[in-house]
Amino acid sequence: MDEILEILENDARLTPEEIAKMVKKPVAKVKSLIKQYEKDGIILKYKTVINKEMLHEERSGVRALIEVKVVPQKDVGFDYLAERIYRFPEVASCYLVSGSYDLLLIIEGKDIHTVSSFVAEKLAPMENVRGTVTHFLLKKYKEDRQILKRAERAKRPAISF
Amino acid sequence: MKISKRVEKVAPSGIRVFFDLVLGMKDVISLGVGEPDFVTPWGIREKAIYSLEQGYTSYTSNMGMIELRREIAAFLKRRHGLDYNPEDEILITVGSSEAFDLVCRTLTNSGYKILVPQPSYVSYYPLFYLAGANPHYLTTTIDNGFKLTPQQIDKACDKNTKILVINYPANPTGVSYTKKELLEFSKIAKKRNLIVISDEIYDELTYDFNHTPFATLPGMREKTVYLNGFSKAYAMTGFRIGYACGPKEIIYHMNKIHQYTMLCASIIAQMAAMEALKNGAKSVLQMKKEYRRRREYIVDELNRIGLRTHKPEGAFYVFPSIRNTGYSSMDFALNLIRKKKVAVVPGTAFGPSGEGYVRMAFASSLDNLKEAILRISEFLKR
Repeated sequence: MDEILEILENDARLTPEEIAKMVKKPVAKVKSLIKQYEKDGIILKYKTVINKEMLHEERSGVRALIEVKVVPQKDVGFDYLAERIYRFPEVASCYLVSGSYDLLLIIEGKDIHTVSSFVAEKLAPMENVRGTVTHFLLKKYKEDRQILKRAERAKRPAISF
Repeated sequence: MKISKRVEKVAPSGIRVFFDLVLGMKDVISLGVGEPDFVTPWGIREKAIYSLEQGYTSYTSNMGMIELRREIAAFLKRRHGLDYNPEDEILITVGSSEAFDLVCRTLTNSGYKILVPQPSYVSYYPLFYLAGANPHYLTTTIDNGFKLTPQQIDKACDKNTKILVINYPANPTGVSYTKKELLEFSKIAKKRNLIVISDEIYDELTYDFNHTPFATLPGMREKTVYLNGFSKAYAMTGFRIGYACGPKEIIYHMNKIHQYTMLCASIIAQMAAMEALKNGAKSVLQMKKEYRRRREYIVDELNRIGLRTHKPEGAFYVFPSIRNTGYSSMDFALNLIRKKKVAVVPGTAFGPSGEGYVRMAFASSLDNLKEAILRISEFLKR
């Protein structure tokens, strides 16, 4: 992966000027590369990672992992059904996986009831969906390489040789 | 109370006062550190915890665990093509600092003239002095990128000159040398029959070319004591674990001092070091990549705000000249910490020729570096 992408993935607030210094490229070049990445859909969007565990909000919603077994379709395989499923706004992530089931979904809803009714009323009755298993998430420890507990770290002395 | 004359003479000078001031302050942005800002990679820490659980709490062989010495020998072989016998040519020490002390005491006789580059790591001069020798400084400046020259080494040699110390990449200047440059040094070492103490603790943090260990140069293996350790490459400073490799006669005598003073390095640190060699390579590369970006950033920025800065070839330090500010190194550092709460180390900590410079470590997050640059530029505008 291009170093510029690697840098942005870690900190999207960095300006093209700062990135240019870090990778030893002209600012104009960095700017045009970023523009191109945006145009090509390689950079999709810039967002902030919020540690919702720290917000302690009663109504922060629930998430569930859902295993879905499906019957693949002639000519389109799993793609057609996957698309019908991932278009629901309740579906936060959708993966095709190997193993004893086919699709792995992450569903978000405001409470257990919302998620269950999505599964019961929308997902399970779909033609060619052969079965679902729902796992409600109880606690998040680490997400996208980010440990969610604030790291307590011994402080380095401010001066050492 | 009567204190040994020699020890009494080793004085930390005005630096101590500065340190106490910094350590007492809060909310300081510190570019004054001599260690990575990364915490030791988890796999290495986990191994240390596991070894405690398994009851590894004893002494080890004085030389260090043979398994670790074998691991080091294998690593040096595959990484650099270096050949050291783990049985009697590798000594595990409590940080490479201990290794340096051992080699000073092992090789020094009174009246020896020892060539030491300067500015250089704070321990070199006092350790030789305590061992009874007269270190002779080979001064380097920003004008030639803090590089020693073969002529300079040759010119400094007389009949009492027995030892040359080199350190690359260097603390505090970050200077390092290509194989071609080192070959020239090795010719002088051969001609003058010098033993070379080569401190290569920052070797993994070399950015612009491949690191060449001095002992790999023709004829130099038998003339070199190679010092290295785990602190910088694997962010393991607190583990205190390093090693010395060299001809077996030298290692044998170094081990005599080591066995009476340290007995052995901590077994937990030795277990962790083994894990670092087995599975740490990826973390080293990640850290190096990060340091390299910070290097490019800070060198550019310091030059932009008016502090002449040479781009270091390795380590994680820059050594900008502060001459045009009118301050002495100490006053620059004192005023900067008082007015802007940015900690840097006065160049004079690294010997008299460090006057006119300060050391800044870029082993700090980019956010910290950005803020530090902002504050320093405000300070310069005063």
